[in-house]
Amino acid sequence: MNLVKISHMKKRFGELEVLSDISLEVKKGEVVSIIGPSGSGKSTLLRCATLLEQMDGGSLSYKGEKVVWEENGKVITASHAETKRISRTFGLVFQNFNLFPHYTVLKNIMDAPVSVDKVPKKEARERAMTLLRQLGLEDKADAYPYQLSGGQQQRVSIARALALQPQVLFFDEPTSALDPELTGEVLKVIKELARQHMTMIIVTHEMKFAKEVSDRIIFMEGGVIVEEGSPDQLFTSQNLRVQEFIGKLES
Amino acid sequence: MSMSTIFTLLAKGMMISVEIFFFTLLFSLPLGLLVSFGRMSKNFLVRSLVKIYIAVMRGTPLMLQLLVVYFGPFYLFGMKISSGYRFVAVIIAFSINYAAYFAEIYRSGIESISVGQYEAAKILGYNKVQTFFKIIFPQVVKRILPPVTNETITLVKDTSLASVIAMSEMFTIAKQISAKETTIMPLMLAGIFYFIFNYLVAFVMEYIEKKFRYFR
Repeated sequence: MNLVKISHMKKRFGELEVLSDISLEVKKGEVVSIIGPSGSGKSTLLRCATLLEQMDGGSLSYKGEKVVWEENGKVITASHAETKRISRTFGLVFQNFNLFPHYTVLKNIMDAPVSVDKVPKKEARERAMTLLRQLGLEDKADAYPYQLSGGQQQRVSIARALALQPQVLFFDEPTSALDPELTGEVLKVIKELARQHMTMIIVTHEMKFAKEVSDRIIFMEGGVIVEEGSPDQLFTSQNLRVQEFIGKLES
Repeated sequence: MSMSTIFTLLAKGMMISVEIFFFTLLFSLPLGLLVSFGRMSKNFLVRSLVKIYIAVMRGTPLMLQLLVVYFGPFYLFGMKISSGYRFVAVIIAFSINYAAYFAEIYRSGIESISVGQYEAAKILGYNKVQTFFKIIFPQVVKRILPPVTNETITLVKDTSLASVIAMSEMFTIAKQISAKETTIMPLMLAGIFYFIFNYLVAFVMEYIEKKFRYFR
């Protein structure tokens, strides 16, 4: 079964149509990268899929359960309780981390499990420490976000998302706010997650990384999916626009 | 009048001033938060009413507001004003006035928090109350401490306005003794009192600011 299913998703901001007609299905364990020029609607797609934006048309479901759908031309969202329950399926890692500055690294990771999922504190702490150990940030448990480098902050925010044990993780340009020097450590973490068969949908500008990590790459432009396929298919695409875009970023 | 009598009287007034100060903060700080929610409400009616409330509170003299709250029940409804109501009227007038100023300070703080904090909280499943009190409010408090200090210092000096309805706080008493004994000394003492009081306020607020320095 598809873990994520997006059909005919549409989104406009006033006059501007950002997503024209997007359909996308992601299976358990799949890693899908979304590439494309700025303004192509990649981030909006992610924001609609994670319910940060209300889509204007089409439908969205997780594990076969509908969250947003269309009825007689009207967009319906599931009840608050249903939406909340189904939302536990996914996590999102932001471009600029959005860590909580007044919480320590440890509390950033364990607070949502404790406050939202009612996981016992001891268990949540152990889970958080295990994640920190995996990400090589054990010694930063008691630090505050401002004391960390960008790469470390992003790794903490990945840990924070993982602590809620989502079944699919979205990444919105996870390395775009980082120095080139720091991107490597974040990409390494995502690669490791891919190795563990974590289902992921990644918006990125890192072509080499996308090629290495993805089962499938999607090229978006102007609010539509222009080309979709395996990394090899995409990187040998006959589509001139795709060639041009990939060529530009690889050089 | 002996020096010790003057001191005793002034000390009594001082206690009243301190009481006005603490009760006003006690009520206006939470009330201000509530008002700021109304001010930012999505409901047009609520937002407009709160805007008018803030405009009136900030646009008219506190001294006038004191008179209205104290004498209003009599002039408007013919109610008999008991002497016990005097202190209550002072606290009401000060609290609703300061709540308006605090509301705008809260609003500035709340609106300065990046939308990413709300989005992160939403994705992690926090509900609205948790998001506000666990994630947003602690950051707001850190940011609004300097303007709150300003307001608090003004409040110390504003307590003297209660003399307009003959509340026997520090300033009222100092004025009376000064007139009776034809000396400016009690007023000078009152001045020193306000200064020391505010010095303490600034000291305490600075301490709280330091306490919030653990994060950025």
